[in-house]
Amino acid sequence: MQEDNPTIVIRVAGEGGEGTITLGDLLTRVAAYSGLEVYSFRTYPAEIRGGQVMYQTRLGLSRVMTEGDEANVLVAMNRQAWLDERGDLCQGAALIYEATVDIADDTHSHYPVPAEAIAQSLDWPIGKNFALLGALTWFFRFDPDTAETLVRQRMQRHAESLEKNLAAMQRGYAYARETYPEPFPFNLAAPGKPAERILLSGADAMALGALAAGCTFYAGYPITPATPLMESMARYLPAFDGTLVQVEDEIAAINMAIGASFAGRRAMTATSGPGLSLMVEGLGLASMAEIPLVVVNVQRAGPSTGLPTKTSQGDLFLALYGGHGDAPRFVLAPDSVKDCYFQTIYAFSLAERFQMPVIVLSDQAMAARMETTPLPGTPWNGPLERITPTVEELKGDYRRYAYTENGVSPMSHPGVPGGMYLAESLEHDEHGYPDQTPQTHQRMMQKRANKVEAARQMLADWRMTSRRWGDRDAPFGIMGWGSTRGAVREATQRLQSYGIPVEAIYPHTLLPMPDSAIADFISSKRAILVPELNFSGQFGRMIEHRYYHQLDELNVHIYQLKKEQGVPLKVREIVDAAVSMINNERQQWEAKHGEMARIFEVVAGLAHNTGGRRD
Amino acid sequence: MTESKPNDYKSDVKPIWCPGCGDYAVLTALMRAFAQLGTPREMIAIASGIGCSSRFPAFLNTYGIHGIHGRALPLATGTKLGRPELTVVAVGGDGDGFSIGGGHIPHAARRNVDITYIVMDNSIYGMTKGQPSPTSPEGIVSKAAPYGSQERPLNPVLLALAYDTSFVARCFSGKLKEMVNVLVEALQHPGFSLIQVLSPCVTFYNTYEHYREITQPLPDAHDPGDRLAAMALAMETATQYLGVFYRDTSRPLYSQRFEEVQTRAPKATLEDIFKRMIV
Repeated sequence: MQEDNPTIVIRVAGEGGEGTITLGDLLTRVAAYSGLEVYSFRTYPAEIRGGQVMYQTRLGLSRVMTEGDEANVLVAMNRQAWLDERGDLCQGAALIYEATVDIADDTHSHYPVPAEAIAQSLDWPIGKNFALLGALTWFFRFDPDTAETLVRQRMQRHAESLEKNLAAMQRGYAYARETYPEPFPFNLAAPGKPAERILLSGADAMALGALAAGCTFYAGYPITPATPLMESMARYLPAFDGTLVQVEDEIAAINMAIGASFAGRRAMTATSGPGLSLMVEGLGLASMAEIPLVVVNVQRAGPSTGLPTKTSQGDLFLALYGGHGDAPRFVLAPDSVKDCYFQTIYAFSLAERFQMPVIVLSDQAMAARMETTPLPGTPWNGPLERITPTVEELKGDYRRYAYTENGVSPMSHPGVPGGMYLAESLEHDEHGYPDQTPQTHQRMMQKRANKVEAARQMLADWRMTSRRWGDRDAPFGIMGWGSTRGAVREATQRLQSYGIPVEAIYPHTLLPMPDSAIADFISSKRAILVPELNFSGQFGRMIEHRYYHQLDELNVHIYQLKKEQGVPLKVREIVDAAVSMINNERQQWEAKHGEMARIFEVVAGLAHNTGGRRD
Repeated sequence: MTESKPNDYKSDVKPIWCPGCGDYAVLTALMRAFAQLGTPREMIAIASGIGCSSRFPAFLNTYGIHGIHGRALPLATGTKLGRPELTVVAVGGDGDGFSIGGGHIPHAARRNVDITYIVMDNSIYGMTKGQPSPTSPEGIVSKAAPYGSQERPLNPVLLALAYDTSFVARCFSGKLKEMVNVLVEALQHPGFSLIQVLSPCVTFYNTYEHYREITQPLPDAHDPGDRLAAMALAMETATQYLGVFYRDTSRPLYSQRFEEVQTRAPKATLEDIFKRMIV
């Protein structure tokens, strides 16, 4: 626990199908409704039933930025949960567990709860998780009425089991209150009435962003972990006069969305890695025929079927470069649940204005988690319109793919008299008719590429393109992308608390890269750590390649922290990698100059005691 | 409705097809059908995939989208749902429709999306110069199958009937007048219609004579409301029947179903949804 923002990391673990995720989810909601800030993470096997699942939630008094590293509280539904998680607990953790589980341990405090017996006594064997929820409500001194209200909300469609579950919860609460009357070691006094906040999941954030941007068409195929986004769209879209089709495969999904966009709708699809692989040919079509399209990719660990329910950032290269023959597109990388909402709106803005496909990269951890976040204000009043031909242009010789300075040409839609044209996947002339002459091909390639450059110039003035924080012009930097931002924010705070000057930057548009912002960041650095969740370090490689000359000229070193385990980065891993980077720089400096530079002094003192440090 | 002439629908682009190609007759028939129905040009969208016949949209001065191989139906479905007032036609060949794109037909039929799908079936891959197609007869010899092909042909009409396509017909490029009549009917059919057009490839697999011998109109007594009878007639391969095998106008349109869902969904604004999430 850090002093400035005390938090509690709670890990709930058990067998899939015995209500472990439901328990974690409800606990998170009860905490949020009790005035605490929350940030959750879930991991589960690909099977619906069977296999261990884990739900981690972190509670805080002010904004929580990650799910936390080691747990303060372990809620173990079975013995396996203890065996799996015992190595990942902080010192003096509290163990709350099903009383029949045998846990031989004397380093933590124990709080057995006879959840199974309570469930049996109600003749309701599946009520074990609710008995534990009742006990947790007592331990954290939440209001039992709040908990009951939230359970009623959640279970309203299961009237027959609602009362049994509520009874189990009440007995669990009563048992814990009687047995453990003393204060629980981990507790946060809920603040008074906090500012108005919402409890938002990453999937919902993207769905609401799409609606805010005026999306009225969605085509998608079920795939873990992107399905919750489709389900949110299915629920909300009809209320906005929109249409959602669950299609036969991802190829149909992208082509159907392209068809709807061709007809004038703001259209999207969402998928995960294997689905994006199937959509690659369609991306090329949207790029070539210049049809606006938003594709959300909720990344999971690959390759092939890989680890369908586990998180990763391994699709960066696929998003940036996937496809044959230089097909320009945009790639955006939201870095928090709230940012998922805004980046989805920006994605539609870019797609519509530049008539191109836009890929938005989320991931399993960010899509599945819930975060308390302030209500987004007035979302977006920027331009979202496609340029359409004027009446004058339609009266004359309308050219759908007219050469223009920024590459964007007015787009007509079926139903508009005088605007008839062919949206063409073959190389084509300004009217859209096939034309394979060398001059036309070269010129049209340039026209489509110009749109990316025009966007890069336009975006240079936008705050949305990158986020930068820390000690301005510190010699040590961290550069990352996407959902790892929270962990990096916490890591930079911890490094600063050690006295290490550090600054971080997170670009939000990965294509086009905000080159001027990145160049400015690099110019003050000696060494930059690039942490990411993939095996080969795709982002780091992209940075090294793209900024090679500047890095080389200024002698700035890139250090990579690559992790591909299916789970998020821990704050400690980033801190350790940063300290080891700085030590490495120090040794290089000393070898060259024979003495230590002043900026390394702090790190030299830390070198021995940060390895494996647990905060 | 303004008086239209078939050539009103013609673009300035000269078809890439070989002289004598069966696809010319389909182009003529479709333009005549549009003229007969007086459909305004701007209200027509033609979607296609890849292949000789898929170049079709360029030869019409309507809206068109020439996409990627096998995906004419998803493109057409998206276009129709995006703007339900449009007349949407999907066109393509047997390779595009029954091989690479074969997975989309059952789902277009399930949805009963209101588009007209014309498959110009020449039983050969023409654009890639003569490989066996999914409707080529078993044993056909080509450069890609020098010892004869090893697969049996699909039966497109029987497949469409099995998928419960709500309008199924077969035409022949050698019978233009009959084709115009079928297309007029298909364009007016409320739902998904699939028309197999026997459209010979004069360069790689000239079947004109063969089809003149084995085609004949469906028996007068055939009731297009009788799916089982339609299937029995489709299973006769020694004789290839021409005409409307099956027609079911009782099913609701896909776009109507969405309108119905939209009226059932409780109206909400973005603010309402956010408000429900406040903790």
